[in-house]
Amino acid sequence: MLNNIRNNDTVLMSLIVVMVLAAPLLLAPLGAGYPDLMQRFAIFGIFAVGFNILFGLTGYLSFGHAAFLGVGSYSAVWMFKLLSMNIIPAIILAVIISGLFALIIGYVSLRRSGIYFSILTLAFAQMSFNLAYSVLTPITAGETGLQLALDDPRILDAPYEAGQLPTPGLFGLYMNDTWTVNFIGMELQFNVGYYVCGLLLIALFYVALRIFRSPFGMMLRAIKTNQTRLNYTGVNTRPYTLAAFVISGMYAGLAGGLMASMDPLAGAERMQWTASGEVVLMVILGGAGTLLGPVLGAGVIKYFENIFSRMNDQVVESWFLWMPEGLTEFMVAIVHPFVGKGWHLSLGLIFMAVVIFLPGGLIEGANRIIGWIGRRFGSKKTDKSGEAPAPAE
Amino acid sequence: MEAVLLQFMNGLDKGSAYALIALGLTLIFGTLGVVNFAHGALFMIGAFCAIVLNRIFSFSFETIDPTRTDFLGNPMKVSTPYVEKWFGTFGTSLIEYSVLWSIIFAIPVMIAVGIAMERGLIKYFYKRPHADQILVTFGLAIVLQEIIKQIFGANPIPNPAPSSFVGSVDVGVWLGMAEFTVVYPMWRLVYFVFALIVVGGVFAFLRYTTFGMVVRAGMADRETVGLLGIDIDKRFTAMFGLAAVITGVAGVMYTPILSPNYHMGMDFLVLCFVVVVVGGMGSLAGAVAAGFLLGIMQSFAAMSEVKDFLLGFSIDQVIIYLVAVVILLTRPRGLMGRKGMMEE
Amino acid sequence: MGILEVQNVNKRFGGLQALDDVNLNVQENTVHAIIGPNGAGKSTLLNCFIGKLIPDTGTVMFDGKSLLGLKPHQINQAGVSRVFQTPEIFTDLSVIENTMIPAFARRDGAFKLHPFERISDEKDIRARAEEMLVNVGLGEKLDTVASAMSRGDKRRLEMAMCLVQQPKLLLLDEPTAGMARADTNNMIDLLKRLASEMDITFVVIEHDMHVVFSLADRISVLAQGHVIVEDEPGNIKGHPKVQEAYLGTTAH
Repeated sequence: MLNNIRNNDTVLMSLIVVMVLAAPLLLAPLGAGYPDLMQRFAIFGIFAVGFNILFGLTGYLSFGHAAFLGVGSYSAVWMFKLLSMNIIPAIILAVIISGLFALIIGYVSLRRSGIYFSILTLAFAQMSFNLAYSVLTPITAGETGLQLALDDPRILDAPYEAGQLPTPGLFGLYMNDTWTVNFIGMELQFNVGYYVCGLLLIALFYVALRIFRSPFGMMLRAIKTNQTRLNYTGVNTRPYTLAAFVISGMYAGLAGGLMASMDPLAGAERMQWTASGEVVLMVILGGAGTLLGPVLGAGVIKYFENIFSRMNDQVVESWFLWMPEGLTEFMVAIVHPFVGKGWHLSLGLIFMAVVIFLPGGLIEGANRIIGWIGRRFGSKKTDKSGEAPAPAE
Repeated sequence: MEAVLLQFMNGLDKGSAYALIALGLTLIFGTLGVVNFAHGALFMIGAFCAIVLNRIFSFSFETIDPTRTDFLGNPMKVSTPYVEKWFGTFGTSLIEYSVLWSIIFAIPVMIAVGIAMERGLIKYFYKRPHADQILVTFGLAIVLQEIIKQIFGANPIPNPAPSSFVGSVDVGVWLGMAEFTVVYPMWRLVYFVFALIVVGGVFAFLRYTTFGMVVRAGMADRETVGLLGIDIDKRFTAMFGLAAVITGVAGVMYTPILSPNYHMGMDFLVLCFVVVVVGGMGSLAGAVAAGFLLGIMQSFAAMSEVKDFLLGFSIDQVIIYLVAVVILLTRPRGLMGRKGMMEE
Repeated sequence: MGILEVQNVNKRFGGLQALDDVNLNVQENTVHAIIGPNGAGKSTLLNCFIGKLIPDTGTVMFDGKSLLGLKPHQINQAGVSRVFQTPEIFTDLSVIENTMIPAFARRDGAFKLHPFERISDEKDIRARAEEMLVNVGLGEKLDTVASAMSRGDKRRLEMAMCLVQQPKLLLLDEPTAGMARADTNNMIDLLKRLASEMDITFVVIEHDMHVVFSLADRISVLAQGHVIVEDEPGNIKGHPKVQEAYLGTTAH
């Protein structure tokens, strides 16, 4: 059985590596193969994978992780302003600062569990938002957001051409460098920034996988199941939960740092409660506690966000043009609130629908379908189901 | 002394709102054991009830007044609300006092919204894990907020207080101080008195009626009350309706103080969660006390003296959270929390 | 000197004197039963040993050290394990995982950050867990999810979870409660075998006199929070004070 897990893990890792590396090719037919969106897939994938280490394993539901994302972004932009446009120091600082931040917030919030914990993290996130938005304006630039300026010191970098803001880079490569290749009629865009994010996603997915398979991960799952028993078993649960909290906070900080690396600005709205809610949704939509689920959930949400928010009434109208005229207008009027600026309404409805009908997320849904097919068409497929991204461990 | 009194009173209106919302939150939490992340939306819906009624009353038709011209020289259009045409001066006073009429309007609306929320959604989540309850109400909060945004837009909509309550009262004079030292907006005073009446009413209701007694017993020990053959579920549904009404009318009355916008619900909810945690989860008195306490502290934190003392940082936006941290580190159960409340 | 020494322990809940000047001396490597009518304070006493409750006055010494004020995990690390009345297990995890966790806790202490070791490389821990599961009769069910098991099996699992830690003292709270006769006898056999094979002191709370007299080396009788008799099983049966406590022949 243990060998089986290792095999499964190899399959899982290969799947992720192929998906990430071939994304420009795989996503182009879906109309999602452009750098900006692919970067978001990878960044939110990292964010969700990290959140899952806390929520999926320990069951502690945090509503404050957007704060760490925001802290990561601010740290990275400051690094760009003060030190260098190289993204490595920026990302390192983002991880360290968000880790420290998570340590403080986690130390206080983890004194309580369950509902209290969720409330406290939500409160701290809102506090961080308020701090960033108004109180700490000298550090965060408040409402306008923190941006690069021409007169920033950037002590390690050679001076730039006057009048032009520099771009974040990595030893001569710039994040917005893109090679476009024509492939059977499709334009494939290979972007430096995306591959930086993608490779980090692969690495961090591997880290998460190792955590899931470690004794530490087992302790975290035990916390979710029965914390009392674990205490009476001689385990001090608080450092375990705190470690999980800090690790997931560092993932979020890294995601925030990457976000700033792709587009060097940071705003307080990144820390709002809706942003925290979004990562929760990604994880439960994909399947909390599963390895592949969060990546999948992040992809689905960002893909739909992209499609929905680009839709306007003309697009919607074109769908229903085949209908009689009055009906077309009626359908447009019905669909209108859910698309374009109404994306958040759709998001809330998806949120509720997932919690009500599919608490296990897409992965569980897929498993159910595979199981159903297996039962329906003989036992041929049952052996295969173990190979699917099924292991909920 | 006067400055301290003024800041104290400035904190009362926010404190009143916190206390009322936290009271509703605690009623639902204590009876049903559900933390309702959509509770802030009830406050917002209440506020928009006032906007809706104001719009209904102000619904007008246009006539042309030939005796007057506008600045372009065309005959001036005059819009007259229908209620004025139909009811004369009574109609005018309807518009004038629309905030107060809105309370009557909001009560059935809030009962309907509350019961729909409980029977239609939350009921199915009593036996699900707490995380699911939080998530589904969280989703509902987003949905309600976005619906309001779609209907009323993203900008705040002002709703004036009745003109007889506009302006200020010189509270200082009442207390024998010099004139113009403690001048306080009239409507805020109204709001405070209103909050006191509601809080007093709820406590009296729980204390002196059989219904209230059963609910209190249910809050203490739900299972036992269920075993006594009392249909606790129906009463809890009614309780949800009551909590919705309390929160909703708190929203109605708050409209002249804060022009309603679509995100006010969540803004207040997060603060009220902190209030509830500070007061002690499940304690009604704790919720009310902490509501006023934190509102007043917020007001003091906004004083310029405090700001100067903290080298120019204004901490009124975050003081509530800082207090919550201190309370949690020293008294993890809150000021008046009971042991064993949601601590499994 | 006993391994567990309880002296003058008092615990009051409001108006109820739950424990009234309790003294107890448990000798090493014995089975010590605590019996008494309902509400005598047996579970309260046990809760004082594991850090769930703190007595108002008195001392609880284990192996020469005081247990009072220690957190539950510290008490366990000192060598005290407990089987609960309703089995406390990790219901979402498999039987083997349930048993490996206490083994890790014994080896690694209360906290160890080991996020990059693989569970599959922990052959020793797994072997120990498997051995213990075979010992309690769950050798066939290693990969079963714990929640899917019968109540009797859950209790066996919990027993294995405690035993894999090789505790010095094992507290058993009604180990046969709610079991059928056949299961009860199996459990008695198991406990007897464990008591003879391992260097463990057992403290057993039990209602079932059949179980008590088959197992115990020594018995304390608790009534209304007070130890009224402590003696060998043979002397307990006919003891007038015990009969009085159970049957209430003299009114209090």
